[in-house]
Formats: sequence, C-alpha cells, structure tokens
Amino acid sequence: MALAPFGRRLLRVSGVDELGAYRLLRAGDPDGPAPAPGQFAMLAAAERWGGGEDERPYLPRACSYARWRDGEAHFLLEDVGPGTRRLCELRPGESLWVLGPLGTRFNAPADGRRAILLGGGVGIAPLAIWQDTLLEELPSASPATVLLGFRDASRAAGAELLRDPQITTDDGSVGQRALVTELLAAELTRDSHAVLYACGPAPMLEAVRVLCAERAVPAQLALESGMACGFGACYGCVVPRRGGGFLRVCVDGPVVDAAELERVDQHAGAPA
Amino acid sequence: MSVSFCGLELAHPVINASGTFDLLAARDAFGASALCAEFPFAAFVSKTITLQPRVGNPPPRLFEAPAGLINSIGLPNKGLEGYLTHELPGIAALLGECRSPLITNVMGSTAGEIALLLERCDEREEIAAFELNVSCPNVETGLDIGADPVALERVVRTVRTATRKPLIVKLTPNAADVAACARAAEFGGADAVSLINTLRAMALAPGPPDLAFAARSTARAAWLGGRTGGLSGPAIRTVALAQVAAVAASISIPIVGMGGVQRANHARDLLDAGATLIAVGTENFRDPAAGARIARALA
Repeated sequence: MALAPFGRRLLRVSGVDELGAYRLLRAGDPDGPAPAPGQFAMLAAAERWGGGEDERPYLPRACSYARWRDGEAHFLLEDVGPGTRRLCELRPGESLWVLGPLGTRFNAPADGRRAILLGGGVGIAPLAIWQDTLLEELPSASPATVLLGFRDASRAAGAELLRDPQITTDDGSVGQRALVTELLAAELTRDSHAVLYACGPAPMLEAVRVLCAERAVPAQLALESGMACGFGACYGCVVPRRGGGFLRVCVDGPVVDAAELERVDQHAGAPA
Repeated sequence: MSVSFCGLELAHPVINASGTFDLLAARDAFGASALCAEFPFAAFVSKTITLQPRVGNPPPRLFEAPAGLINSIGLPNKGLEGYLTHELPGIAALLGECRSPLITNVMGSTAGEIALLLERCDEREEIAAFELNVSCPNVETGLDIGADPVALERVVRTVRTATRKPLIVKLTPNAADVAACARAAEFGGADAVSLINTLRAMALAPGPPDLAFAARSTARAAWLGGRTGGLSGPAIRTVALAQVAAVAASISIPIVGMGGVQRANHARDLLDAGATLIAVGTENFRDPAAGARIARALA
C-alpha cells in the first residue's frame, strides 16, 4: 500500500472532463506516490472552500482515485452538496489540496477465480483504476466481467471509464432496464467461481453482500462514509463490524472483505 | 520559541487537542520517519482513556456545520488496561523518536475512578503529564463535573494526590461561569487548565422536503447517533478567545488555549490573551501537518 506524504499538498488542476452528469477532475501530482487501486484522497479546493450553502464546505471530501496516468490523478465527481459542487466547478489552472493516497486496496483474485467488477453510479470510479491494473499486471487472467448500474443516461456516460461494461439503468434509457444486481445474480448462477469487486450506493452493496454470502463468493466492497480526516484520527466514519464494534472506513477500508460486515449500513454522511 | 510549561521544556508552544490526532494511525498512513521529520506537536496529548473500554457512539458521528464540525464520537478507547498494555508502548516509542513528551488524557465519572486511572498511569515513566477531561456527567447529579465549580474543586482536590506529575484540567465551555470553574481547578490543585473543549451542539436529520409549515412533523430525529455532539472549528474561535481571556484574568496557573486555530495569527491571539501553549484540534483533520506549519510561523 502506498504511503501518503505527511501533510496535504497543493496540486494544479490540469483538466476537467464532462462525462454526462459527472466530472472527471484531473490534477498533476508529480511528487505523489502512485495510488493502489481502491485507495482514496481527501480533496479541497484551495480557493473558496467555504462560503457556499450553509457556509460550507469546511472539511475536505474523500474521493476514490478513478485513474492514475503518468503522474496525473483522476477523480470522478458528482455534484451532490456544497463540497462536491465546488470541486466540480474547478477549472484548469486552479489549485487543489490533496492528502493521499489513503486506505486499503483491492487485492487480486486467488484460486483461479474470475474477477467480476460491479459498480453503481459515481461508485464506478475505483473499479476503473482496478480494471487498468488487472489489464496491465495480470494480462493472463481472463478478462474481468464488468457490470455497471446507473440512474439514467446522463450518469451512464460515466461508463466510458471502463472497458466492455454491461450496463443497466433505472429508466432503461441505456442498456438493460434492470438492477445491476440482477445481472450479478445471473452471472453467479452461470459460474460462481468468482471474486466480486464492488463499489456503489449502500443498498446496492448490501444486495451484493447477500448474493455473494449465499453462494460463498468472496467479495471486496469499497465503502463510502462521511469523513473528517481520512487518516484514522477522528473516528467519525465508522460502520458496524460483524461481531461488535466498528470499522473505520478510512483506515480499515475503504475496501473491506464483505465477511467483516454484518450488513452494509446507509452512508453515515450528509450530502457532501 | 521554546517554552517552559509545568516543568516540561518544550521546543515550541504548539500541541494537539485530545482526540484529534491518532498517532498509530498516522504512523501507518504516512510512515514513522516522515511523521517524525516534521512532527507537529511539542507535546502530544492522547485521546481520552477511561477505566473500561468504550466502543463509542453509533453513527452518524459527524455533521459539517457552518465553518465547523459537530462530532459525537463518544470517546472510543481500549480502556485503561488496553491502553497501558497495547497502545502506550507503541505511542511512547514513536514519541521518543519525535522527541515529544506524552500527556495522557483521562476521564472518569467519580473521583475514585479518576484517582485509579491516574495512579495506574503514574507508574509509567512514558507518561510526562496528565490532562483531566471533566466534561463527563457526575453519576449522582447528572451534571458535568466540570460545569459545577464546587464539584470540580472537590474532585480535583481528591485526585490530586494520585500523581506528582503535572495535572492539566480541561475545562468545559458549557458552564455558566468558566472563570469560576478555572479558579476551582486551581484551588483544587491543578497545575494548568486547558480550554476550550467543544460546545454542545445539535443537527436534525433531513425532513420531508417542501411541506407546508403546518403539515410538518414535529418529530424529526437528531442527525447524530449520540443525539447531541460537540462543535469545533473556526465557528468557535472567538468564543475560545473570550473564555481564555476571562480565565487568564482569574487564575495564576498556565493555560493551554484552543478553539478554531487554523493559522499562526489565531495561535498568537490566544497567546496574547494569556495562553502559554496553544492546541490545534479540528484543523489536524483538514491537514495533519497543520501544527508544524503553525509552529514554524510562530518561531
């Protein structure tokens, strides 16, 4: 796992690409270590971070690395609150505070299992960097199955971050009109010698956890939670651990073995 | 800008607020050598240790407030024995490398409990001083020990004999007369006081959108799992300054000032108002190296 440099660092935004309802924020990070797939960073705009709706944002926002290309970090954003809105408004040349890479990573399939990557909405981000890594480092492994679910066509535009995806939308405007977990159930019925890599809304992850537990399929889930710090200091981002107590999503996750969870809780965070 | 504080010689006046920096987690995230190369704190204050282990409050534990943060973490910790056995050796080794003395923060709901915590910790040479968290309800009255000057003086006097090491009393800002509480701590035998702790605060869970006022339910739930929490960050900076100034005018023991410090000029304000040390709290969450930046700018 890559260690983060101590202290936040100032990066320059090199580009912002429009992917339907999403923005792909790109920032040059010449001194930053390459993130491991699944890791995240804490992001804050250097200027005008605060003074928005309800005098927010104040805290940085946790965001998974979507890609790492030649010293450039990519983050996938959706405007869901004052922090993500400000990040979406960044323009090339503006400055961004970054602390990271932080947290745990996705681990390669074992026992000859095939990889299934399943993502929902903006949660497809860490699966993109994981697919890049699988293609580069494990070219001998059979190509991963990629299942992506979105609310509508404007969000399904994010699917271009991944290669050969099967797509579902809630309104049927792109791909199949279905829940992405219905595709997963069919995949696992066909061949359950697989390992699941999933990221997305909590109800989707909970459905994935149940489907995999029923079939004894190992699953690595990338969780989301409202965070203040991202490096284990605040104890604010916890989720219940199976058998009692809590996991800190920032340091025990964001990628956790589904077996560590009794259930996937609703995200513990206000619109960020 | 070295500072003498309760017999400790410190390299600069910047320390951390209890519970805002997890040393072992920071070592794992950033590496020990990078952390020690510019360790932010001239002394390190542990999170609050209680007699029994605590898992902390149910989530949600955070709410982003206007220019601040409300937390209801609930003081999760491994308990006294877990701390002494499993955490203290690692913390002390790292602090030795970083040349920063350890101040252990403790909390108990009775004087007897606090005395036991102090006695057991006092035996450990890795610990240089104590901070006493008195923002804990008295088991008999339900009032925070630290909010009642009479109870506070009695508790501090009782536990004072449990250790010869410096004892800092961390005052609660949720009191009618904070200066009176500071005097009570001094009369009870405290070597220093620290303030301010977080201000009690609350947020409600989102209600149904766009309902007419009359149709709104009055039964909206609290957002935080612990119902109320503590407000910190820039939102409380001016409150902290007023309380530090009031306390400084009332006592003669040293003060650790904290509340909303983000930059050196905020630290300087607290020092000018009468603090000997300042603590960085919530700003550590936004930038773990904030304390180092502030200490450099103060030098």
